Amino acid sequence: MTVLTALARAAAATGGRALPTKTVRHVHLADRPLVLVAAQLAGEACAPLAVLVGDDRDKPRLLVVYEPRDRTQRFEFAAELAAIMLPAIEGYISAGNHGDDGSVERSEPYPDAPQLLVPNQPTASFLQLLGRSTRFRRTEGEYAVRPSVPVLGRWLTYFSERAEVSPSSQLLPMTVVLADHWATGQSAAEDANLAALLAWISPPDGMTAREAARAAEDPVRCPPAGPVTDPTFDNEVLEPILQAAHEAALTGDTAHLSRARADMERALRGQLEPTWALMWRAIDLLRGLSPAAHVEPRWVNDRWSFTNQVAWLRDGGAPQARRDSAVAAARRLARLEREQQRLAVERAYDDPLVMAEHRMTGEAFAGDVVDADPARLDTTGKRPVLRPWITVATTDAVLFEPGAALRSPLRPAQQATVKDVVLTGRGVTQVVLELKGGMGRSLIPPPGSVPAVGDNVTYTSLKDEFQHAPKFPEIQDTPWTHGGPPPEYVPTDEDAREDWS
Amino acid sequence: MTIADAAASARAVTEAILGDLAKAERGVVVDSPPGAGKSTLVVAAAASLAERGERVIVVGQTNEQVDDLIDRLASEHGVLRIGRLSAQDYIPADRVVVHQNVTVSSSIADLSEHPLVIATAAKWATLADPGTRWPWAIVDEAYQMRSDALLRIAHLFDKALFVGDPGQLDPFSTVETERWLGLNWDPMSSAVAVLLVNNPDIPVHTLPVSWRLPATAAPVVSSAFYPFSGFTAATELKDRGMTWNTRPFGMTSVDLALQTAADSGWALYELPHRHALRTDGEAVDACAELAARALLRGAVTTSERGQHSVTAERIAIGVAHRDQAGAVRRALRARALAYPVLGSALSAVVADTANRLQGREFDLMIMLHPLSGRRDATAFHLEAGRLCVLASRHRHACVVVARAGIPELLDAHPSAEPVHLGVPVKFPDGWEAHHSFMAHLSHFRVPSE
Repeated sequence: MTVLTALARAAAATGGRALPTKTVRHVHLADRPLVLVAAQLAGEACAPLAVLVGDDRDKPRLLVVYEPRDRTQRFEFAAELAAIMLPAIEGYISAGNHGDDGSVERSEPYPDAPQLLVPNQPTASFLQLLGRSTRFRRTEGEYAVRPSVPVLGRWLTYFSERAEVSPSSQLLPMTVVLADHWATGQSAAEDANLAALLAWISPPDGMTAREAARAAEDPVRCPPAGPVTDPTFDNEVLEPILQAAHEAALTGDTAHLSRARADMERALRGQLEPTWALMWRAIDLLRGLSPAAHVEPRWVNDRWSFTNQVAWLRDGGAPQARRDSAVAAARRLARLEREQQRLAVERAYDDPLVMAEHRMTGEAFAGDVVDADPARLDTTGKRPVLRPWITVATTDAVLFEPGAALRSPLRPAQQATVKDVVLTGRGVTQVVLELKGGMGRSLIPPPGSVPAVGDNVTYTSLKDEFQHAPKFPEIQDTPWTHGGPPPEYVPTDEDAREDWS
Repeated sequence: MTIADAAASARAVTEAILGDLAKAERGVVVDSPPGAGKSTLVVAAAASLAERGERVIVVGQTNEQVDDLIDRLASEHGVLRIGRLSAQDYIPADRVVVHQNVTVSSSIADLSEHPLVIATAAKWATLADPGTRWPWAIVDEAYQMRSDALLRIAHLFDKALFVGDPGQLDPFSTVETERWLGLNWDPMSSAVAVLLVNNPDIPVHTLPVSWRLPATAAPVVSSAFYPFSGFTAATELKDRGMTWNTRPFGMTSVDLALQTAADSGWALYELPHRHALRTDGEAVDACAELAARALLRGAVTTSERGQHSVTAERIAIGVAHRDQAGAVRRALRARALAYPVLGSALSAVVADTANRLQGREFDLMIMLHPLSGRRDATAFHLEAGRLCVLASRHRHACVVVARAGIPELLDAHPSAEPVHLGVPVKFPDGWEAHHSFMAHLSHFRVPSE
């Protein structure tokens, strides 16, 4: 936790209301996001019980697994989920195929891509497991599933892998997004409860945030956001219904069976609907924030990723391997690190509150320009070159040494080199900077390209510079240090098994 | 153990390693505790391989480490032609330029005639297709290297000698994911860990004595951080000493801490218990004041290398976080104004994070304890490697600056890291190492006034 977040949390706790910690929204929000709230059977990893899913807040679709311990029903449920999700995804594809069948090499990404919103991190992990358990299934022979099931598995896996890439907005857990944009007066563990988190951010009328958060912890009023269900609900409500359905199925009593199933639908709807409503309230809150400048370019990357995934599926690509090979793992890590670094820089450039955190740690400073020599020429080389000097007075703690290369979010193309750092007393530091670039070719800088005396400027060592992707060996050249070349990957039914299952 | 005995036991291990090199099929791993003569071994192995006519590449982790190695190799083997492969914007260090037998180039083609070529792992990784394979590579500081970095350079050589300190900081990644945990080629684990899992037949040697750590420090560091392999100090208590040129005027707690450290090798300069920001102003000031006071008083060390006065470059202040290092540097700068007699000497005091102090050596170490003033003990702050680096940089004395209450903080935060399938349990355990270290320090406690 950074110092600023700690301060905001303390202020929220004393003020009794969550405080915004970002001035803009740092994630993309689709016009019609696909919202999914899930419940699973307690005691078994990834046994789906029910989901509430859809992109229309008034018409969520409820899918229930009436006998969650029956694996056949589990994959029928997956087929039902596929029947909702795949057409939604298909809609984005057909919107981008202008008359052609989509098999041409694309120079542009699809105009939009699907976005999946879930209440919390555990639901995202649940989808990842569901993806793993479905993407390797055979569609013929023993234990065959419907053809849409492995396709759904690949898409769920795709979304889960995108969620690992930090700048991506394709699968977002709502509590993570909200806790990033607001600081509450409760602990991080309590923030993982969507109802309590929203209670702090926008308490219902007539209640303080603290009262609302306490009420949100009552599982009868606010059932858990899933996938884990409330144990009391499991024992008192779910268990008797499951038992009744089980007995009715054994005796072939169809009347009792359909009554038990109706009971089950009603009970599970009651568990999921409050979270469904909370999800849409959270979406409304986030829509109230204007998007940060880099959100759109990042979404273009998501659209490209979606476009490539569509092409991969259409060309009959294999399901995502269960494990990365040595080379694939190293490549992926390198990509994740570069993307995360880029995101950190973009967030700081987009949002003064994020930049403030870097100012606290000495990676940036802000202040007023007190002296400027915009027409200064460096005549030491063969030809004179334009190298303006400016002096910035700041009350931030400046940890940079002369020679440090800095950038300003307002003029990202211009490099600033620290020439001198002078402590002037009264806590003010004067930093002398030499500017280079971003001023055109002539020896007179165009108006506005050099900060003028009196301007408030920010300089930081954070910069997003193009880096070459590191070179890794081909998979067939995996060296002996890493176990040598792996056997060629052939997906099998066995891949769906877990080590612990 | 006398110095002669220590030298004999180190020589025996070195000979065994060189013998293994001659018959190795894939490679050899050498674990080296702090200051155990790792560079000496690298130099000896490189020279021995080069003398046999084998072409060798040496892989370092940072330019600093590579330049240090070149300096030693070139000084001790004046006839050996050494190539320094570098990035294009690398400016050769003075200690590299002085050697006639070293060629610096950014292109491997210029260095093809050289029996020994040295570069950083990052530079070697840019040679996707060098057109040749070297029979041998020596990988220095291999425990600092991430396994994905090894993956990028492994096509360059047939066999390799990996040398490093297993007790130091593990390589890290800014990305938090459990995706690869338990895999034999986890790109986030160290190069040696991955190498040994995939090649369990590779022989592993351990260097037995530390030339750096004094007899006051070696048993403490060995039992806290190397509980299984262990090592001893090469010197005896009487071989090392630290005295002062001047007597203090009165005895402040800072003087008392320095005196305790000079007498016994350790001091715990304890500030009152308080929850503080990471850049705890009082603790940072205490670190700067201790360094300034040691310089003002004029410390003199006696060792097997003779008598030397402790200059500012031989004093280091080690911290956990970069912003703490920045705050210490600011405090040192402010002290320079307060003590004009020291002039700019204070800015030569090294203030840096544990990560950047790895592999370096000083006479007097001042460390800001990673848990000082904290409310919680996270995995980062409990990491044994971080504490080990900070506690094993000194030849003479180490002063630990900390707020009171660390043992209680440890008791309140037993390590609760999850255990994963296929991932070996990490030893030494950071929580246990911290406790063992604090238990030792409690005998040398000096409360600040």
